[in-house]
Amino acid sequence: MPVRPVRASRFDSSWLLWIAIIAVLLFLVVSPFVYLVITSFQTERTGEFTLANYATAYGRARYVDALVNSLKLGAVSALLASVFAVPLAWAVARTNMPGRGLTRMLVLATFITPPYTGAVAWILLAGPNAGWLNRFYMMATGAEAGPFNIYSFTGLAVVIALYSFPYIFIFTTAALELVSSEMEDAANILGAGPWRTMRKVTLPLALPAILGGMIICFLEAIALFGSPALIAIPARFNVVTTQLFQFFGNPVRVEVAAAYAMPLLGVTILLVLVQRLIVRRKGFVALTGKGGERRPILLGRWRWVVFGYAMFVAALAVFLPYIFLIHSAFAKAWGRGFLLDNITIANFRFILFEHATAAQSVINSFVYGGISATIAVFLTLGVAYIVARRLIPFGGVLGFLCVAPFVIPGVVLAIGFYAAYAPPPLALYGTALIMILAFTTRFLPVGYVNASAAINSLNPEMEEAVRVLGGSRLTALRRVVAPLLKRNMMGAWLLIFIPATRELSAAIFLYGPNTKVASVMIFDMSEEGNFERLAALALVLQVLTLPLLWIGQKALGRDFMLRRNAT
Amino acid sequence: MSKLVLKNVAKRYGAFEAVADFSLELAKGEFVSLLGPSGCGKTTTLRMIAGFMPPSSGSIEMDGKQISSASGVVPPEHRRMSMIFQSYAIWPNMTVGENVGFGLQIRKLSRAEIDRRVDKILDVVQMRNLKGRYPAELSGGQQQRVALARAIVVEPEVLLLDEPLSNLDANLREEMRFEIRRLHDEFKITTVYVTHDQSEAMVTSDRIVVMNKGKVEQIDAPHVLYGRPKSRFVAGFIGRTNFLEGALQGGEVRFDGFGAAAAALEGATGGGNLLYSLRPQAIGLSSEKPGGPGLAIEAEIVDRSYLGEYWDYQVRPQGGTKPLRVSTAPTVVFEVGSRVWLEIAPSAMVRVE
Repeated sequence: MPVRPVRASRFDSSWLLWIAIIAVLLFLVVSPFVYLVITSFQTERTGEFTLANYATAYGRARYVDALVNSLKLGAVSALLASVFAVPLAWAVARTNMPGRGLTRMLVLATFITPPYTGAVAWILLAGPNAGWLNRFYMMATGAEAGPFNIYSFTGLAVVIALYSFPYIFIFTTAALELVSSEMEDAANILGAGPWRTMRKVTLPLALPAILGGMIICFLEAIALFGSPALIAIPARFNVVTTQLFQFFGNPVRVEVAAAYAMPLLGVTILLVLVQRLIVRRKGFVALTGKGGERRPILLGRWRWVVFGYAMFVAALAVFLPYIFLIHSAFAKAWGRGFLLDNITIANFRFILFEHATAAQSVINSFVYGGISATIAVFLTLGVAYIVARRLIPFGGVLGFLCVAPFVIPGVVLAIGFYAAYAPPPLALYGTALIMILAFTTRFLPVGYVNASAAINSLNPEMEEAVRVLGGSRLTALRRVVAPLLKRNMMGAWLLIFIPATRELSAAIFLYGPNTKVASVMIFDMSEEGNFERLAALALVLQVLTLPLLWIGQKALGRDFMLRRNAT
Repeated sequence: MSKLVLKNVAKRYGAFEAVADFSLELAKGEFVSLLGPSGCGKTTTLRMIAGFMPPSSGSIEMDGKQISSASGVVPPEHRRMSMIFQSYAIWPNMTVGENVGFGLQIRKLSRAEIDRRVDKILDVVQMRNLKGRYPAELSGGQQQRVALARAIVVEPEVLLLDEPLSNLDANLREEMRFEIRRLHDEFKITTVYVTHDQSEAMVTSDRIVVMNKGKVEQIDAPHVLYGRPKSRFVAGFIGRTNFLEGALQGGEVRFDGFGAAAAALEGATGGGNLLYSLRPQAIGLSSEKPGGPGLAIEAEIVDRSYLGEYWDYQVRPQGGTKPLRVSTAPTVVFEVGSRVWLEIAPSAMVRVE
């Protein structure tokens, strides 16, 4: 029987592991962040300390306006999104509205539509003259011009809200599903009618969740690059992300960009803290709502009105956009309408076989996404295991580093990566590696939240039983832990992989000529005004996602992407 | 030679002493329980025996070889022990047969030999017909049997059980106590059993270690613990009892409402308070003054409850303030308020600290 000295075993192997993991996390998380801050105070080339970058970044009214625009955009989008999401969430979670399953499915369809794809579809729908909604309006009324103009602040806010409302929906349904009918009964028996009960009991109970979701929407809106680039730039106004992109244009002024990114980072950190505080402190729903049964609220004739609203939202987010995306993808010219001789598959043939880099960009998206998801899943699983089993001192630090990227917007992360790894000695700019590493870092929090939930659901006695029967810790991991976590790991992998294949806001700052991904390709084509081919590419990307979604739903349940820990 | 020896084992977390100065020797084939309320250090002691945590001081030896001390531990996988966990820790990704065969596989036995032994042990726990099932398809009691089979099949040097019955319902719990003892009688494995349930410990064990707040209160056979508790804690924790406080006055010890000759009581020496434990069923109850050699005390029935198997009376001695609890057969019926006589044999009164 080998006697293992206690102190020595604490030291050698586990410390090595700790050092290895912390080195990886330093590389992925800490160093880009530190370089971002340092670079913002450095003179270009010489590297001397300076405040000039900040003076440049905030020296022009138009730069400051962009900041204000972002904040306004975030607020309006979040409010609009809650108008879309809250009634739907309530109807799906608590009422007998018909088509609740269908509504959930349509929200999922919205959720997996990349915001830039939605923005493109809305350009087809609400472009100032040629947009289909305007043309229908003119046809119906004989007016000279249509009322819709996507190229406006309102247009942008609507489009962003349409594709971020699922966050509020997820938070709100999760909260409402924990409000027991008994709480509402208690109000009823004291004399409150159904509407009053909803106003005074149900809604206040769900309010922290709604606010939490709205904050996430706000942050999503200010961090988004694709939709503003497609809509705000032609509309001749700037937001933070588009302004950052311009600082990154020729010549690259990364120092100014870093300085200009600071408010975005600050607001995000602040609001994430606020969000945690709201959801945690007022999260009493989750504590007391358990156990009580839930009966759906009978809406009577109103159920069809509510259903109508749900379908209206779905029409704006899913039906109309996809109808006209599909139409364009199969059209010779999208403006010519639904005519038989306008149908062609040339667009698909072009992007898949003829275009020099389009097909490659789709492959890049999937390869980078796949590698990133794999690294992130294994890394976070390792960290979560070490933290949960207290294998090393100060394990909590590792856990914190894994979730920290949540407060770093993709654009800001990309600037940090550029600042840290574009210059020599690593000179990673334009390589596949920098894209993969940036994607990995972006999605570490999703991986970690899932991994630690999975591991905390495993009773450590399962592993102790292996050891007491003569198996080592490694045997326990291989024979018991890994098989039990297979599904969770696959779920986490999909939750990272699917968004990673459509990532744009970090990719747009880091791609090189050979590492273009599909999202960047779509963005490029929009600049060329090539909407038919662009629609075809966007559809290819969506169709390729469907089998993955199907696998995920088979393995993990139908709502695996709409659960709260997914966000 | 003793199978397992714990010498002055202690476990400290900062200033908190989870286990203090624990010493115990187990003979080969002995069944010993660690009994105490939650937080008394019994599970910590068991996990130190298993090798999951090192002691802060002291040592553990098996077959004369040291396996745990503050400076080094043999890891659990090299101790040739096995353990049954509170959650059973049945692996849900393996069938009943795979669960039970796991330890044998680790020991690199041949396929055929593994099969033979697994079948044999599954027969013993009456689970042979469920060999191909997955744990999710089993009831709590069946999972418990799988855990037992998995632990026993490897013929461990020492078997450790950590509150194995606490997740079962009352009827099954009672049945499994006898099952565990039956398996012990059949296989004679040296066993350490952790529980907070006194009747579980009494049914299964050769000896019981009563623990409280990290300290050993008493180590004895079940009937000795019950009949001769050494401390107030043990007397109160094992079964129900009356605590009688008395003081020596001349040749007599005065209790609340009655007295007894000091010469007849054990340990009736010295000044200050003397504390005695007297079991409720050691007190006789009658309507006439008893003529036996014991103490006869006139008293009044204050309250009563009927529990089916016995009557639980609250009886106050005349001139006393606190009633005593007295258990009688269900046929002995007295109304509340009636005058009765108590009969107490002084030898039944046990001096406790």
